[in-house]
Amino acid sequence: MPSSQLSNEPVNSPEIGIKGWLRWTWRQLTSMRTALILLLLLAAAAVPGSVFPQRSADPNGVTAYFDANPTLAPILDKIQLFDVYTSAWFSAIYILLFTSLIGCVLPRTAAHARALRLPPVATPKNLKRMPAYKSASLTTKKSQDALLANAEALLKKQRYRVAIEAASGKTGGSVSAERGYLRETGNLIFHLSLMGVLIAVGIGGGLSYSGQRVLVEGESFVNNLAGYDSFSPGTFFNESQLVPFSVRLDKFEVDFYRDKTLKNQANAGTPTDFRAFVTTTLGATGKSTTGLIRVNEPLAMPNANIYLTGNGYAPSITIRDKQGQVVYSGATAFLPQDKNYTSLGVIKVTDVPKQYGIISFFYPTVGTLDSGALTSLYPDAAIPLLSMNVYQGDLGINGGQPKNVFALDIKNMKQIAGGKSGVKGLRLQLGETVKLPNELGTVTFDGLKRFASLDVDYNPGGVWVLVFALLALAGVATSLLVPRRRVWIRQTETGFEVAALARGDDPVLEKVVAEIVSELAPKKIKKESDE
Amino acid sequence: MNSISLNADLAAISRLVVEGAMLVYTFAFLTFAYHLSQLASTKKAVRAGATKLERVGIILLAVAAAIHGVGVVLRGISASRVPWANMYEFSIAGSFVVVTIFLFALTIKDIRLIATFVAGFNLLILGTADTIFYVDVKSLMPALQSYWLVIHVMVAVLATAFFNIAAALSIAYIFKTAKWVKASKLKLVDLMRRILALFPNEEKLERLSYRFNIIGFILWTFTLIAGAIWAERAWHRYWGWDTKEVWTFIIWTIYAGYLHANATRGWNGKRSAWLAVVGFVAILFNFTVVNLFFKGLHVYSGLK
Repeated sequence: MPSSQLSNEPVNSPEIGIKGWLRWTWRQLTSMRTALILLLLLAAAAVPGSVFPQRSADPNGVTAYFDANPTLAPILDKIQLFDVYTSAWFSAIYILLFTSLIGCVLPRTAAHARALRLPPVATPKNLKRMPAYKSASLTTKKSQDALLANAEALLKKQRYRVAIEAASGKTGGSVSAERGYLRETGNLIFHLSLMGVLIAVGIGGGLSYSGQRVLVEGESFVNNLAGYDSFSPGTFFNESQLVPFSVRLDKFEVDFYRDKTLKNQANAGTPTDFRAFVTTTLGATGKSTTGLIRVNEPLAMPNANIYLTGNGYAPSITIRDKQGQVVYSGATAFLPQDKNYTSLGVIKVTDVPKQYGIISFFYPTVGTLDSGALTSLYPDAAIPLLSMNVYQGDLGINGGQPKNVFALDIKNMKQIAGGKSGVKGLRLQLGETVKLPNELGTVTFDGLKRFASLDVDYNPGGVWVLVFALLALAGVATSLLVPRRRVWIRQTETGFEVAALARGDDPVLEKVVAEIVSELAPKKIKKESDE
Repeated sequence: MNSISLNADLAAISRLVVEGAMLVYTFAFLTFAYHLSQLASTKKAVRAGATKLERVGIILLAVAAAIHGVGVVLRGISASRVPWANMYEFSIAGSFVVVTIFLFALTIKDIRLIATFVAGFNLLILGTADTIFYVDVKSLMPALQSYWLVIHVMVAVLATAFFNIAAALSIAYIFKTAKWVKASKLKLVDLMRRILALFPNEEKLERLSYRFNIIGFILWTFTLIAGAIWAERAWHRYWGWDTKEVWTFIIWTIYAGYLHANATRGWNGKRSAWLAVVGFVAILFNFTVVNLFFKGLHVYSGLK
């Protein structure tokens, strides 16, 4: 439309305005500059997630942060700084980025598909303007006549697409060639694969589940919702995804590094291997098989992998009342607190007229600090000792709410042994029995077992994420390393000229031109012509 | 099954060898620095003598690299495994790769002028490793006992080395194009200007940096994928926004931005050079601050 007519048109027509504005927005969004800015924004937006504890990766850290900063934490929480990677602002950036990506890549895919079917572009008039240029002379008529055919053969051998243009008027005949279409193909595959990664992450995450279970040696659990200590399902999770099977922990073994030469104290006690020996039974067939789970070596079950994520000691403790009746018995998992496995456990005795609880520390190899406090000197159970503080009162478990088995809420309880209670805390060696205060009876340290923390995970998206990620890797490597260039060879009055143009970075452009010249005008021929 | 054997004596020898390499790096660095100042001289005779000096520097650097390599190998033998399982080992192995790639690249491209940077950088890294990061040779924690330790970390080291050299070239580019360098009348800046004049021209610096960065980016993409595969085995999920995963992602995104910048008018040149430097600063940050001070699963510094 001529511009003079344009000025007569109503400028502020709302319909055109909105359409035009939308088109302008879309063009801006899909521009390379926008993609670049969104990428940098995404990088910046990811930073706070490494500074503040995240609910997804470190929920205990978030709780601790709230405790330490009671005024600041709720404000930070409001702007989703504890859930950065699912936050509205982080999502907004990557959704915009991927919209921009689609808007950019789809038209480019179409254009590339067209380009693949078209012959190379016509030879430009002035080849001297190209970034790489050389001319050479051919004096024999024979070589001059054969030039275009030779050039075509040479370039085809080097996997160029070739088109021959006949001479017209003053301009000589020429060969136009292009290679490296894979560069753009790789680029498009890379970007489309990133879309694939995003979709696979989304769908896979929705169908996934992850369940945690602590098992003491000899215990077993069944793969259903009730079988887990904690369970986090994806959005589309359905309980029927849980294939019925059971897992029993037969034995748990740990190797600690022993320094025979005593030259390397720093490494003494470093764990070198954890082994969980299990027996699994499939619900459908009732068939049992034994298996081994190690760190880095999960056990594959139908629709799930079982991982070993933690371990510790589980002292066997029996508590009898005044009359000698057993009121508590079993191996209780104690959570390790340091690398020498100083471990903390909680025992709740409910089957008695007046409830009481015990906070207990376990030291696999007990030692005494200068302050008189007990500590563990070595992670293996060489001199095991249990210390116990006893609290009497409301355990808070009658309300029907599930309570953390690893914590004792002592708010409504009175300490009756240990601390400032006036009664010394209890200390038990393996096999020992001691009296509980207030005529509560006796406690016995019967034996020592180990426990394993198992993680049962299922994520059907993982394999697709990997496939798309590898495609993206292949794509980006191709698009960055395959040079795309156009080469033209044209007859001149005395010989020929060669020019080349790179699309993108091409470190060997000049060399390519020089090589073509020496191939088409070998020195021998030149010599002949010199004579 | 406790067959891991650690040789503390050999580890001590390895440390001595690495310290020996530091000494030679110091000589190489001083030679290169002196060489640069000679090259920038206004007197022709002084400039002519500088070439010999450069050859001495390169030889010193190669000798330092060879000794350095022996130190790294001995460390590996003393631990009966790959020598990059903690920060100290990653530093000595990584800086060895940097100098190896540099010496190898010298045979292809004329990048002699950043030799001062490479020698100085290695000296700094080894010095930090020896004084701050040093830990006695240790057995591998179970999570690290995987062939992915060889693949994932080796490729990460390689990527870092490529990004490192690219960053050096980009820094040269930034100085060379800086207005204050061009305008200043200070004597020191004048010397710098004359040194910078010896570097390849701006366009060439930019292109060289780009080439090192694209190799770095491909290797980094692989590092990220390999890390996710390993995480799926060791930590029961392929991605969990652990602090180290976050920073690997941030670095990847910055360099992806750099690649886009190179294809965007108004963003290539100075801005993309800055992005290359920012990317490398993020790598250094990831390796030092994130390792030492951020909470996460990748706590492998071995330091308390």
